[in-house]
Amino acid sequence: VSAALKQGQVTPTELCQRCLSLIKKTRFLNAYITVSEEVALKQAEESEKRYKKGHSLGDLDGIPVAVKDNFSTSGIETTCASNMLKGYVPPYNATVVQKLLDQGALLMGKTNLDEFAMGSGSTDGIFGPVKNPWSYSKQYREKRKQNSHSENEDSNWLITGGSSGGSAAAVSAFTCFAALGSDTGGSTRNPAAHCGVVGLKPSYGLVSRHGLIPLVNSMDVPGILTRCVDDAATVLGILAGHDPKDSTTIQDPVKPFTLPSLTDVSKLCIGIPKEYLTPELSSEVQSLWSKAANLFESEGAKVIEVSLPHTSYSIVCYHVLCTSEVASNMARFDGLEYGHRCDNDVSTEAMYAATRREGFNDVVRGRILSGNFFLLKENYENYFVKAQKVRRLIANDFVNVFNSGVDVLLTPTTLSEAVPYTEFIKEDNRTRSAQDDIFTQAVNMAGLPAVSVPMALSSQGLPVGLQFIGRAFCDQQLLTVAKWFEKQVQFPVIQLQELMDDCSSVFENEKLASISLK
Amino acid sequence: MAAPMLRWFCSGRRFAFAWVGCGSCHRRGPPTGSTSNGKRGQSSVAQQPHITAQKPRKGLVTLAPICVQAGYQITQQRLPIAVNGSLAYSVCVGRKPSQMVTRTVRVKQIQLEQDSGKSLHDDLRSQTLIDLNRAGIGLLEVVLEPDMSCGEEAATAVRELQLILQALGTSQANMAEGQLRVDANISVHRPGEPLGVRTEVKNLNSARFLAKAIDYEIQRQINELENGGEILNETRSFDYKLGCTVPMRDKEGKQDYRFMPEPNLPPLLLYDSGSLPSGADPQQVINVDQLRARLPELPRVTRERLVREYGMLPEHSCALLNEVGLLEFFQNVIKKTRAEPKKVTSWVLNTFLGFLKQQNLAVSESPVTPSALAELLDLLDRKAISSSAAKQVFEELWRNEGKTPAQIVAEKKLELLQDREALERLCHSTLEAHPDVVMDLKKGNPRAINKLIGLVRKATLGRADPTAIKEVLERQLSS
Repeated sequence: VSAALKQGQVTPTELCQRCLSLIKKTRFLNAYITVSEEVALKQAEESEKRYKKGHSLGDLDGIPVAVKDNFSTSGIETTCASNMLKGYVPPYNATVVQKLLDQGALLMGKTNLDEFAMGSGSTDGIFGPVKNPWSYSKQYREKRKQNSHSENEDSNWLITGGSSGGSAAAVSAFTCFAALGSDTGGSTRNPAAHCGVVGLKPSYGLVSRHGLIPLVNSMDVPGILTRCVDDAATVLGILAGHDPKDSTTIQDPVKPFTLPSLTDVSKLCIGIPKEYLTPELSSEVQSLWSKAANLFESEGAKVIEVSLPHTSYSIVCYHVLCTSEVASNMARFDGLEYGHRCDNDVSTEAMYAATRREGFNDVVRGRILSGNFFLLKENYENYFVKAQKVRRLIANDFVNVFNSGVDVLLTPTTLSEAVPYTEFIKEDNRTRSAQDDIFTQAVNMAGLPAVSVPMALSSQGLPVGLQFIGRAFCDQQLLTVAKWFEKQVQFPVIQLQELMDDCSSVFENEKLASISLK
Repeated sequence: MAAPMLRWFCSGRRFAFAWVGCGSCHRRGPPTGSTSNGKRGQSSVAQQPHITAQKPRKGLVTLAPICVQAGYQITQQRLPIAVNGSLAYSVCVGRKPSQMVTRTVRVKQIQLEQDSGKSLHDDLRSQTLIDLNRAGIGLLEVVLEPDMSCGEEAATAVRELQLILQALGTSQANMAEGQLRVDANISVHRPGEPLGVRTEVKNLNSARFLAKAIDYEIQRQINELENGGEILNETRSFDYKLGCTVPMRDKEGKQDYRFMPEPNLPPLLLYDSGSLPSGADPQQVINVDQLRARLPELPRVTRERLVREYGMLPEHSCALLNEVGLLEFFQNVIKKTRAEPKKVTSWVLNTFLGFLKQQNLAVSESPVTPSALAELLDLLDRKAISSSAAKQVFEELWRNEGKTPAQIVAEKKLELLQDREALERLCHSTLEAHPDVVMDLKKGNPRAINKLIGLVRKATLGRADPTAIKEVLERQLSS
């Protein structure tokens, strides 16, 4: 579509309006918390001026994007789907948001999430859950008819996964070409897999976290959701780089890059971690995983089984470290300077307590309390320090595997395809997170790059994604492999018939172009 | 008070200082660490992770006295930036200012941390006001060992620290403005016994009050213990109006701070030239040896230099350094005048400083510039005016009417009588006019000569130099 813009086949304003119209049509998905229509149209206008003069800013100029609502956006409400920040309008842009805007991207709006990015379903925010667009896809519905389910079509809608569900749904439903998510334990990759889009978690330290409302400072990373790997690479090239406002970003300069189209994978070594073959893994996903491994092997790559021995400890370790940091990070929400403040003014302590009770949901409060427990003087050594040591072991597992000649690891992203909401809420947030993060969170603890790429549809017609994990700061190589894989599997385009009908004329003309940035 | 003093030694004080560093804390820390002869995180240059900034957690409910905008405060709990240093200062041991001895107090550690906000309780309107203006600003905390034994030692040590900080440019360290905050920990014990229970005293906003508070607290503790009471490990506030310490309102018990390593700040590594990794970007690393080489002249060295170069007494060099801007003023005068350094010293410390103090002015607010004083001293040096005339001129200069010393001298006709013959005539006529005094003198009364000098001076309207008069009279009398 970028090419189309440059050639004048479509204007930024047209593009913007179509995406806005799609957003309106897909409002029932609840993917967006805030739609910044006026802002986007104004940006489109400016982009158009640039194109007319032939001075486009780059590939992202005039391209609609969406941003998860835990990134600060200047002048646009940023809520983190929490009462604590409802009505809060930041005075500045997160660095990554600024970078997108500097490239001329059009900000469509802020997407829905689990409150403060805690959760794996995008179901626990104050604005309600996000619905997976695939619930309404032809592919899914046909399969359901086959299985002769006679229930009301809408009551059994599927979750998007989380916590960046809104962003994933937004991209999946064509309302934008790229979206920012965040990834602390898998929050970008999980919904990407469930929504059939590409979800990239860059190496920790590559992309600035300034302006991303922190969950776990040592694991958070801004995530990128797109419809194809090339698009993810384009966005990464723009976002990566040192930021003086974020001391945890690396100093080395990073330049935008284009991914080569691999033809020969014979020099590649793919690792399959045996500990990731768990009993909870659905047989369908398992067989797709096998299929993928075989695909690489048949094309000449070396595929070997590897071991990450400390995998079984990672959930618990993650839980201790995550809640500890959360306890600290959430301390800033006291109702004093910004955000929600309760009416209780008996004393400062009473005000803090009431504000925080009103502002946070159970999930957030639960994690804060746990974290405080782990950080008590008498518990610090046994929990926090131990967890950090285990974290080191987990990270070393990966280092050892990569040192033994493996280039990229191939694992499932999720245990199964997206489940219905009614099914999902049968367990609480903590249980779900512990289950669903199993393949993704060790990556966050080790700070490695990982990407979820949609592979195929399940027997129910729902997307299944697989995860590639790369060496630290070898994001480019990782994406190169992912791109090759994507080309091989040719994952089908989602068929949102009722939506497509109205806009089909548009999308037909540049059918392929509409899907990807280029 | 001698008896109690002999029985009870007052020591066991641990001072914690904190002050505001303007600019990057990390830049200020190492130089300050070097100057107090500290071991600069040598521990941090070894293999282990190094200086980590730690976050104490205040939990769900923030403490009222400590109010921070982020709900947590970053400090260096486990690995401070410098340890094991020392601070030398000079105290007066006798009545005479020249009886000074050098004492040292050990510096336990220096650490970097964040300042917190302030909360003010308005009981009248039942409200709490939170002031976050200084919250988050970097602080340098210096922790001293209990090596001092009275208010004066503490105040002197603090003074020296202030001078060092000012010389380094770390801070103006002005206590009244909160740039340097001092908390004193005081305990008493009998000689030979372990240190007693200590109390912490806060709200000290000048070195003078620091000394007063300490001395008061020492006495209070002694009295308490002598009366069979016990000392509570509490925090007290110094009430400067009453000159005593009072317990502070302490609502909470001991708090578990819930420390955690700060994940947003990578470890701070300090290297020296030996341990610096090759190929390291000089912008990205701190080389302590480099910093040490660039340190400015420290107060102790300055004072020694002044004594050496200008032959002044040690207490004079102290006095010059103790007033902000005075040393610079002095050096500017020295540069511009031909008068002897001793004269300059005397004029700056006595006359100039006297006038400043009288009107409570800072050196920067002085109406007399170094050039003006230099010019005045030149006139004096040339014997163009007498010293009493000079004082008059100085007074005029102080009024700042824009006149130069030369102009004032001319206006007020203060020039010394240069005409030898006129002087001789006046002396002669005075001697003739007062034969009784001459007789007196010849009888051996030494004061008679002064009378004669006085008379001659009067006759010259104060324009003759008494030394010259004396010389002429004596010559005339002996002939």
